[in-house]
Amino acid sequence: MPEFKRPHALADITTHYCPGCTHGIVHRLVAEVIDEMGIEGDAIGVCPVGCSVMAYDYFNCDMLEASHGRAPAVATGVKRANPDKFVFTYQGDGDLAAIGTAEIVHAATRGENITVIFINNTTYGMTGGQMAPTTLPGQVTQTTPYGRDTSVEGFPVRVCEMLSQLSGVALAERVTVIDPKNVNIAKKAIRKGFEFQKNKQGFSIIEVLSTCPTNWGKTPVEALDRVRNEMIPYYPLGVYKEGAVR
Amino acid sequence: MTNEILLAGFGGQGILFMGKMLAYFGLYEDKQVSWLPSYGPEMRGGTCNCSVCISDDPIGSPLVDEPNTLIVMNTPSYDKFINTVVPGGIALIDSTLVDGKCDRTDINVFYVPATALANENNMKGMANIILLGKLLKETNITSMETVRKAMEKVIPPKKAHLIETNIKAIELGMAQ
Amino acid sequence: MAEKTLMKGNEALAEAAIRAGCKCFFGYPITPQTEISAYLSKRMPKVGGVFLQAESEVAAINMVYGCAGSGIRCMTSSSSPGISLKTEGISYIAGADLPCVIINVQRGGPGLGGIQPSQADYWQVTHALGHGDFHALVFAPASVQEMVNTVTKAFDLADQFRMPAVILADGLLGQMMEPVQFEECEIKMSDASKKPWAACGHKNERKHNIINSLYLKPEQLEDTIKERFERYEKVKANHTEAVCDYCEDAEIVVVAYGSTARLAKSAVDAARKEGIKAGIVRPVTLWPFPVNELNEACRNAKKVLTVEMSMGQMVDDVKLALNCSKPVEFLGRTGGVIPKPAEILAKIKEMGGND
Repeated sequence: MPEFKRPHALADITTHYCPGCTHGIVHRLVAEVIDEMGIEGDAIGVCPVGCSVMAYDYFNCDMLEASHGRAPAVATGVKRANPDKFVFTYQGDGDLAAIGTAEIVHAATRGENITVIFINNTTYGMTGGQMAPTTLPGQVTQTTPYGRDTSVEGFPVRVCEMLSQLSGVALAERVTVIDPKNVNIAKKAIRKGFEFQKNKQGFSIIEVLSTCPTNWGKTPVEALDRVRNEMIPYYPLGVYKEGAVR
Repeated sequence: MTNEILLAGFGGQGILFMGKMLAYFGLYEDKQVSWLPSYGPEMRGGTCNCSVCISDDPIGSPLVDEPNTLIVMNTPSYDKFINTVVPGGIALIDSTLVDGKCDRTDINVFYVPATALANENNMKGMANIILLGKLLKETNITSMETVRKAMEKVIPPKKAHLIETNIKAIELGMAQ
Repeated sequence: MAEKTLMKGNEALAEAAIRAGCKCFFGYPITPQTEISAYLSKRMPKVGGVFLQAESEVAAINMVYGCAGSGIRCMTSSSSPGISLKTEGISYIAGADLPCVIINVQRGGPGLGGIQPSQADYWQVTHALGHGDFHALVFAPASVQEMVNTVTKAFDLADQFRMPAVILADGLLGQMMEPVQFEECEIKMSDASKKPWAACGHKNERKHNIINSLYLKPEQLEDTIKERFERYEKVKANHTEAVCDYCEDAEIVVVAYGSTARLAKSAVDAARKEGIKAGIVRPVTLWPFPVNELNEACRNAKKVLTVEMSMGQMVDDVKLALNCSKPVEFLGRTGGVIPKPAEILAKIKEMGGND
């Protein structure tokens, strides 16, 4: 039976994430993929502004901290200068789908040969639970105290659906990590993203439906149920695009 | 002494090219030179102008607004610049395209039907070079040897076959 | 030395960057600097470099952040409104101690302003190139040849002190052609070999590197800033530059930088011919500002005149540098209007006529 131990690419320190938050699982999956592909020495990660702002401390590969929303541009700079390295961004929904919309769309349409890990938890976690571009209709947040009113705040952004329309995208897949089966699917998707990059086949994005028990006001178990019952119906899981661009 | 030259006309007449030739004349005569185009929306059609300074001393402002030498290739430029020429200066006018006659007596004005000459002599698009020839005749700005050297520098290699025609255009201008 | 040839300031800057080993350029079109992008889009693929037109100025400067963070020499260029957009990224670059070169070919502002030459970004570039406590090296060349010579120096000092360097030009310098000469050199794109701090993949040979500007503990942030300012002091002590002409006996000292200094020099030459004891100081570095050089040049001055293509920005630094020891007057044109040497001469005479 394989021994369950910490992946080498995941630093041996306690994270600042809240109990029940799924960031830890996704970090681990990324680290496992890096280990399995044996690429830690050639991997360069770019973290966002948001809850995962300090992910640079949590991965053992070289890391850069980007300004809010600009991780895909920063990753582009790294990748263009170092085309043989593995470059990934790790971004939340406020970072990627609001302030960083231009950067993600253009990195995708250029077919920038990077892998994007996109955490969708329908809120701005780090600043205390404000409305995100992914906040569901009716969802109460600090800045939608009466629930997101689509006639006022508009509609949530479905990132994978949107980016899958772009010719530069090799992989757009939405996964979640709410149970072991889905964790396994998520890991395969992340591995696929890095494999596409290895083969210089274009841009890959893996959107992970995640939890934020603290800002949702739920227990960890209730939070997992919310992903299953409320988020997945709005953000269906699955592959939106898959196939080499080049 | 700084020779401050202003060249003006429509985009496509080779105003900037003419300026570049003049700047190379200066460079090859070991002078200080500068070349400054008008830039921005006006270069997307409409008028185009170019300042060239050739001097024994370091050039302060590369922008020429009171030229010693003016070459104009359309009426709007003629109207705009003819009164900016300093007394004692010279103005060369493409009289095919400019209707006006200058009544200033404090400058030397030369009318050359450059565009018509170019068309008649199978030198379409070389009215600018004909005017340059006229300038060579009226001022001792440089030698034929330098003209050829500048032509060889400015005309891209793939258009090298045009050098001889350009030299002929210079000679045609000098004959005016 | 190669043959002397005529080149536009913008194109000469671009060629000089390649010769300085700048491997990557990230740009966005804006008048009057677009020739830099156009030139590099042609040249970079031929010399093994990277040219990328970004989706915005914001993206371009963040691409620089990433590229510089991986230890590779890189550059971006823009003009005034675009530099405003880049300031966020420049602050992060400074905060993460990354070397890079940023070119600002200034045009008139505020807002869209105009596209003609201007020097109205002096305050921004020297005092507020983004939020937070930091400086960038700022060079203000005054000719196409000097722009060329400045590029290598800017890259070298940026690397040495791990800070962004700005070359502050304007539409006049960017658009004009002047003779330039490049030193014969082999073109060699930079790599990260001399940058042990770079996030370029640790090859399982060292601990991971982190490029970052976030320090949540105030004392820690204060320490990093203080360390940075100690480096700034070394820059000030060793790399401040100014060119002074006719200042030994000058009673009126004109201070001007960049293309305005050329115009002012013409006026000072004319004043000397008329027997007026005028001199000129041209700050070559705007940060660090040549405080000592200016004071030395103004030793015998009765009055000082600052000339700028703005409503008066550098004049503040001139006054600070002289610390009220001399009366400082100002002459400026703005909005893209270029002051004439005759205007400057008239002002010198007016100031000299009071004796």
